[in-house]
Amino acid sequence: MRATISLLLLFLSASSWADTGEQLLQQRCASCHDLQGPAASTLEDLWQRKGPDLFYAGVKYRPQWLRQWLQKPRRIRPAGYLYFQHIKPGEKHDVIDASTLSEHMALSADEARKVTEALMTRKAAPVQVKGDEFGGGSISITFGEMVFDKFNGCMACHEIEPGYGGLSGPEVYTAAKRMQSAYLVSFIRDPQAWNPKTPMPNKHTSELNIQKIVRYFHALAKENWDEK
Amino acid sequence: MKNELTVFLLVFAVLLPGIGLAASAEDNYKTYCWQCHGMQGNGMGVNVRDMSVQPRDHTSAKAMRSRSDDDLFKVIKHGGLAIDKSVLMPPWDATFTDQEIHELVAYLRELCRCR
Ligand code: HEC
Ligand code: HEC
Ligand code: HEC
Repeated sequence: MRATISLLLLFLSASSWADTGEQLLQQRCASCHDLQGPAASTLEDLWQRKGPDLFYAGVKYRPQWLRQWLQKPRRIRPAGYLYFQHIKPGEKHDVIDASTLSEHMALSADEARKVTEALMTRKAAPVQVKGDEFGGGSISITFGEMVFDKFNGCMACHEIEPGYGGLSGPEVYTAAKRMQSAYLVSFIRDPQAWNPKTPMPNKHTSELNIQKIVRYFHALAKENWDEK
Repeated sequence: MKNELTVFLLVFAVLLPGIGLAASAEDNYKTYCWQCHGMQGNGMGVNVRDMSVQPRDHTSAKAMRSRSDDDLFKVIKHGGLAIDKSVLMPPWDATFTDQEIHELVAYLRELCRCR
């Protein structure tokens, strides 16, 4: 009896061990994430999506971050994906309805490695991204914040540190850790080219300010937010 | 008679996909404006906690009556800066067609019950 059970266990673990990253993606991720494209072109389509599109993951994410996050996921969008499905009226203003948010599934180290490899092959970007979009350089956090908040009004929707900023968009204090710089430049320049129905407006930020903002993201990402 | 029916069906078939494409002003307001102006349009969205300028209360007839339809069209399309208001009110020209913006203006008039 015991032998049968251990044999069964061995078989079960071996079967998931034998899955390729592509199989794991199809079996465990495709129900919430679009792996094929294109992005939603109507609101009906957008509203049905349960997670961010991953069909251009290979040009968006940093693989080191993907591997770590998939093993230990933590919230990136304070109000979840599609903020308007996770809010309710509060006493003074609308608040996040935490009862509608769930934790993201976690993968084992081995699964995360394979899934990351499979995700990084997805490069069907709707926009041509040049490798040298970001010119590098540095900026002080104080000046970067002025460009991001005062001059461009981006903080209305994005948190620049845990608990400070807007809640409808993804946090930006980890943006440079999560995403490739060239993608960041390209997305800020034209969010609708990536996702025609995105709730993020095109603020027509100047090329100079886009560079400064991505420098600012790099400065923010150097802070150790987990320890604060 | 048969011809008329064919024409009718053809026209219908051409129009039908278009119906799905144009989003209603209400759906657009929910997707894009709620984040700051709030689920009730009262300027109390989920983002307001740390905003230095409060979003306009779209249900206030007093505040909204003084704006012409052209003013409203302009601020939605080109953002707060275009009318010497806050940069926190974004431009939506890359998000909507002019037709959708006109419909949003009409929807705002419903919210404030003012002309
Ligand atoms: C039940 C639905 C669901 C399933 C299943 C799911 N995800 Fe997600 N995923 C989400 C949601 C919702 C978010 C947004 C989380 C946030 O912003 O905090 C997300 C975020 C992500 C992100 C970060 C994306 C970004 O741009 O911020 C990655 C990467 C990701 N998921 C990968 C996966 C992978 C790989 C799988 C399968 C192993 C998977 N997800 C399964 C719902 C799901
Ligand atoms: C009205 C709210 C709003 C404003 C204003 C706004 N954003 Fe966003 N932003 C969002 C939302 C919502 C998303 C998620 C987009 C999606 O899922 O399609 C986003 C996504 C992003 C992303 C990609 C992050 C990711 O995790 O995929 C970056 C980078 C970004 N915004 C930067 C900016 C910058 C820079 C500005 C100012 C020029 C700005 N945002 C202004 C709402 C906003
Ligand atoms: C990022 C937050 C934000 C979002 C999203 C936003 N607004 Fe605003 N809006 C504001 C702020 C802040 C003001 C007040 C500006 C001021 O008084 O300087 C404002 C003001 C306005 C005004 C009044 C302008 C005037 O004449 O005084 C209108 C009309 C308006 N918004 C319409 C909209 C519509 C329609 C949408 C959705 C398509 C929208 N807004 C989305 C922040 C936002």
